[in-house]
Amino acid sequence: MRFRSIAALSLAGAMLVPLAACSSSGESKNEIKIAYQRATDNNSRVMDNFLTGVKKEFEKANPGKKVTLVPIQATENDYYTKLDLMMKSPRTAPDLAYEDTFLINSDIKAGFLQPIDSRVKSWDQWPQFQDSAKKAVSGLDGKVYGVPDGTDTRGIWYDKRVFAKAGLPANWQPKSWDDLLAAARAIKKKAPGVTPMSIYTGKANGEAASMQGFEMLLYGTDDQLYNPQQKKWVTGSKGFQDSMSFLKTIYSTGLAPKPSQALDANIGTNIATDWFPNQKIGFSIDGSWLASTWLKTGAKPWADWSKNIGWTAMPTQHGQAPGKTSMSGGWSWAITRQAKNPDLAWKFITAMQTEKNAAKYDNSAQNLTVRKDVAADPSYLAAAPTVKFFTDLVASTHYRPAYAEYPKVSTVIQEQMEAVTTGSSSPTQATAAYDKAVSDIVGGKTTKESGTK
Amino acid sequence: MTASTTAARPGAAPEVSGAARVPLRSRTFLRGLPLLPAVVLLLVFLAGPIVYCVYYAFTDMQLTGQTTTHFVGLANFRKAFGDDRFYNAILQTLVFTVLSAIVGQNILGLVIAMLFRLATKAVRSIVGALVVAAWVVPEIVAGYLLYAFFRDEGSLNEILAFLHLPQQNWLYTMPILAVSLANVWRGTAFSMLVYSAALSEVPQELTEAAAMDGAGLWQRFWHVTLPTIRRSVATNLMLITLQTLSVFGLIFAMTKGGPSNKSTTLPIYTYQTALQSYEIGYGTAMALVLLVIGALFSLVYLRALRPEAD
Repeated sequence: MRFRSIAALSLAGAMLVPLAACSSSGESKNEIKIAYQRATDNNSRVMDNFLTGVKKEFEKANPGKKVTLVPIQATENDYYTKLDLMMKSPRTAPDLAYEDTFLINSDIKAGFLQPIDSRVKSWDQWPQFQDSAKKAVSGLDGKVYGVPDGTDTRGIWYDKRVFAKAGLPANWQPKSWDDLLAAARAIKKKAPGVTPMSIYTGKANGEAASMQGFEMLLYGTDDQLYNPQQKKWVTGSKGFQDSMSFLKTIYSTGLAPKPSQALDANIGTNIATDWFPNQKIGFSIDGSWLASTWLKTGAKPWADWSKNIGWTAMPTQHGQAPGKTSMSGGWSWAITRQAKNPDLAWKFITAMQTEKNAAKYDNSAQNLTVRKDVAADPSYLAAAPTVKFFTDLVASTHYRPAYAEYPKVSTVIQEQMEAVTTGSSSPTQATAAYDKAVSDIVGGKTTKESGTK
Repeated sequence: MTASTTAARPGAAPEVSGAARVPLRSRTFLRGLPLLPAVVLLLVFLAGPIVYCVYYAFTDMQLTGQTTTHFVGLANFRKAFGDDRFYNAILQTLVFTVLSAIVGQNILGLVIAMLFRLATKAVRSIVGALVVAAWVVPEIVAGYLLYAFFRDEGSLNEILAFLHLPQQNWLYTMPILAVSLANVWRGTAFSMLVYSAALSEVPQELTEAAAMDGAGLWQRFWHVTLPTIRRSVATNLMLITLQTLSVFGLIFAMTKGGPSNKSTTLPIYTYQTALQSYEIGYGTAMALVLLVIGALFSLVYLRALRPEAD
């Protein structure tokens, strides 16, 4: 009997050991963990390669310190979700997180990040950063929460071969939405079988639909999403409805991909790796990084791309000043609130953000720099023929209202775009549905006036 | 119960020598001790999350954007029952479950199992292997395969074009049908296996006697076979219903719930709310509703099992 009870006890104990082990994790004062997004396309390892290089330098310069990379291989939206889940618990929180600046306010409000004002104040590189980028990493409390590592802009990419067939100029400079429609109609008529144009739409395309798609239209009208003077969200604007009408026009008259193609989450990949190389599309409103797909290091290397593909700015609705529009986002490195070694994490940021390393990353990722010294670096401007054009677009760009409510508002935009794309809602119905949903999300803090941009 | 049997068992006597002085109650406790790890594991990993989940459903917990979580009572449920998309999700879930599990998998599985009894061994093993293969494929792989099959430039349209038949575009026009067909393709094997086993238990004499009495094929099936395998039918229905109610990966890979929410079942909508719109509390409340729907289905099946005691 005694033997049995001892056996039982030890068995129970043995089974509880792994449970206990769950709670004690190997904490090390000399280690930092870095979480970042790894591309879902296995041909693309730009960030991985860059971080591995910096890690090597850093560990050599700081003997005894260890840098652990924690790649999260996921689509953009799933990456945000996974990162937030990790930051929620002290056991899984990384020391450094790669944060999209449109979500940074949400994460600041949730208490996931720590302010770094005292650190940047004494950092000799900080004056090199542009003010707009510094603003993008600041919270509503005015404190700085991250170090920006680049930005992007958006414009129109077009196929010169298709344009030639349709009798359109090789050096295309549309002045209004009507010019876009005219070009699309010419392509539809003279180059049958080619999809005239593409604007991302629908929930499956997530932020690409709201930002590359809808907001590229909306911010070219006299309206916008948020009134910064009144600090309220805009509802019932004419610009919103006009933007929806534009979508309806192109999707209901065969100027855009078939709705079934447009609502497929893979359309972005298809456009970059198939439609453009194989002359299946006239033009697409897309990001400044599109050409990185065709570089030697990209997913679909294409040596002659710059001879066949042109790029131009997105016009405003009627050509109103400043004549062109763009949207910008950007990413940043932030130290988490739960970081075990914030000092070491900061040291790693400074190692990533030497002029040399910043330029190296921008060049390989087709990232637009936010540093004055890199912008003047000849290697940066020579990295791709598009860099200067898209960097100059920063002058007429807009930023999303990066408040905690934005991600939800963005989802509503995607849903209403989808309803208009499929024809299940009219632009007026979509605008009304958006107004109601936004009012619910922000608790009635809405206005009819757009204010000045 | 353990106490009474062990105490009454004379065979336990030789052991008692050393333990006779140990009081009955603590002896029972000691004998129950080996169960402790299992009970602890169950409490921690099974009951724990469920209790947590129920608790979250009554809070305004968010993934990001706020630091504190408050108890909000029934607010999440009130919100859900005033949300058109939530009703849409329930409707899609029911259509998907009835179409793909109760009708599709169940009937097709039974038909294949019955045909097997007439088929030669070679046919049986080839068809069986094919059907089971679809079941063995991981959900996400199956989802991708069927997405590639149904999409505009997919293999189904290639086949239709080759046969000079009109093309389909179900992922866009009837997404719920496309994902239901996918779920039938993937899940029929399970029903087939259950019914194969059940049919082999039907006594040969019964069907033979019925045939002698002049019962036709359909009558033999309806009056003899079906009542005999009634229990298997109910068990099978319960299992595949519960499985289908919670299908996520298959639909997510094929349509992501779109277009225009026409294939947004409750698991997909829960995911969108909790993890894409970051409203964990609200999403959890919807997950609880899904649990209730599953429980209702189970009740119906359990009742179906009970009547006419054998």
